[in-house]
Amino acid sequence: MTVDLDFLAVLAQWPQLARGAALTVGLTVASTLGGLAIGVGGAWARHDAPAWLRWPVVAYVEAMRNTPFIVQLFFLFFGLPSLGIRLSPVAASILAMTVNLGAYATEIFRGALLATPRGQVEAAASLALSRAQIFFHVVLPPALKQAWPATTSQIVIVMLGSAVCGQISAAELSYYANLIQSRNFRAFEATIVATVIYLALAVALRQALMVAGTRWLFGHSGVASGRAAAPASGSGPHP
Amino acid sequence: MVDFTLWDILRNLLLAARWTLVLSMIAFVGGGVGGILLLVLRLSRVPAAAAIVRGVVQVFQGTPLLMQLFLAYFGIALLGVDVSPWVAATAALTLYSSAFLAEIWRGCVEGVPRGQWEAADALALSFPQKLRDVILPQALRTAVPPTVGFLVQVVKGTALASIIGFVEVTKAGQVIVNATFRPFTVYGFVALTYFALCFPITWASRRLERRLNGSR
Repeated sequence: MTVDLDFLAVLAQWPQLARGAALTVGLTVASTLGGLAIGVGGAWARHDAPAWLRWPVVAYVEAMRNTPFIVQLFFLFFGLPSLGIRLSPVAASILAMTVNLGAYATEIFRGALLATPRGQVEAAASLALSRAQIFFHVVLPPALKQAWPATTSQIVIVMLGSAVCGQISAAELSYYANLIQSRNFRAFEATIVATVIYLALAVALRQALMVAGTRWLFGHSGVASGRAAAPASGSGPHP
Repeated sequence: MVDFTLWDILRNLLLAARWTLVLSMIAFVGGGVGGILLLVLRLSRVPAAAAIVRGVVQVFQGTPLLMQLFLAYFGIALLGVDVSPWVAATAALTLYSSAFLAEIWRGCVEGVPRGQWEAADALALSFPQKLRDVILPQALRTAVPPTVGFLVQVVKGTALASIIGFVEVTKAGQVIVNATFRPFTVYGFVALTYFALCFPITWASRRLERRLNGSR
């Protein structure tokens, strides 16, 4: 038997694929910003907050980590309207990805915060910094730096998970792959092309995040590496 | 129209949860076997084999599980075989689990000190002997917690099989929503069902990890 494949029929629809990939990137960027903010807040709550605030955060993290993303998405998109909250497919996708990433980021950052040496906190306290100042200026920056590789992996996982958002008709990459194959019946080819684009996006996103992490987020001006860079500037006692 | 009580909804979801469990188990056990094969290839001194395994793992970790399911579904159909959702879902989830478990276990093997390999070399053990008698028993200790943790990923991953028509908890939930028009309640129960399946596993994994770290 022969298997007849026609990738050109799919590739001819490149404008749609590009539009879909653009929304996939857009969803990822939006949910990364929101998710990391939740992660910082959640990690602070687990680390520093009173118990009445800590337990809801624990419950949120466990609820997210022990249920599938697709169910979270369906709950937000199909379930919330019965409470009068009607979200567009894109808004529901961003919200679902954000709260999902937020839970994992909370857990990743919390683990990194635990690694902070006690002496640093005591030193900061002896400088009369407030608790909030200690958290945001002393404890958090090196913890974020340490957590960045794991965070990067999690962001890539969330980006790949966004393929499900096509199921609620958010017009991202997998949605267009489905649309194309429903018109030309090249189901396998359309899926292969979309898969290859996802792979390229995953590799590019990982690279971009690692570069962003080392060069901009935690680079020269960062607290953690600022110390290491200081002696190089001039007449220190170092050889 | 049939009236669904809360108990009817929950009962139907629990019945469907059997298939979530069966699919998870097949994928996890199959993935364990596949993972071992990939791991042995990866550790063998054949550069081409190691490179291929690295590529396979990267592809499975760098593409959506949903696309892998579609590829299995449409790919098998392309060969002229009539595909059931069962075949496609078990095939895709088994391959997915194989790749992830191979990568998890590789990390555990790399955690075994190099000196152990060298000592085994000095005793002139063959490659299978080295793995079986020296390296894997030590790697196994550290491998248990992350492996149990990965089981949670597999259970959650089976939810995507609903999209290719496999009737498990998520698909059953969709069907019930279409019959009852109560998405908030039904998807809430669906989420609770997954939580009831996954949380004990998460808890066990964390406990195993703590015990492992405590014994050092």
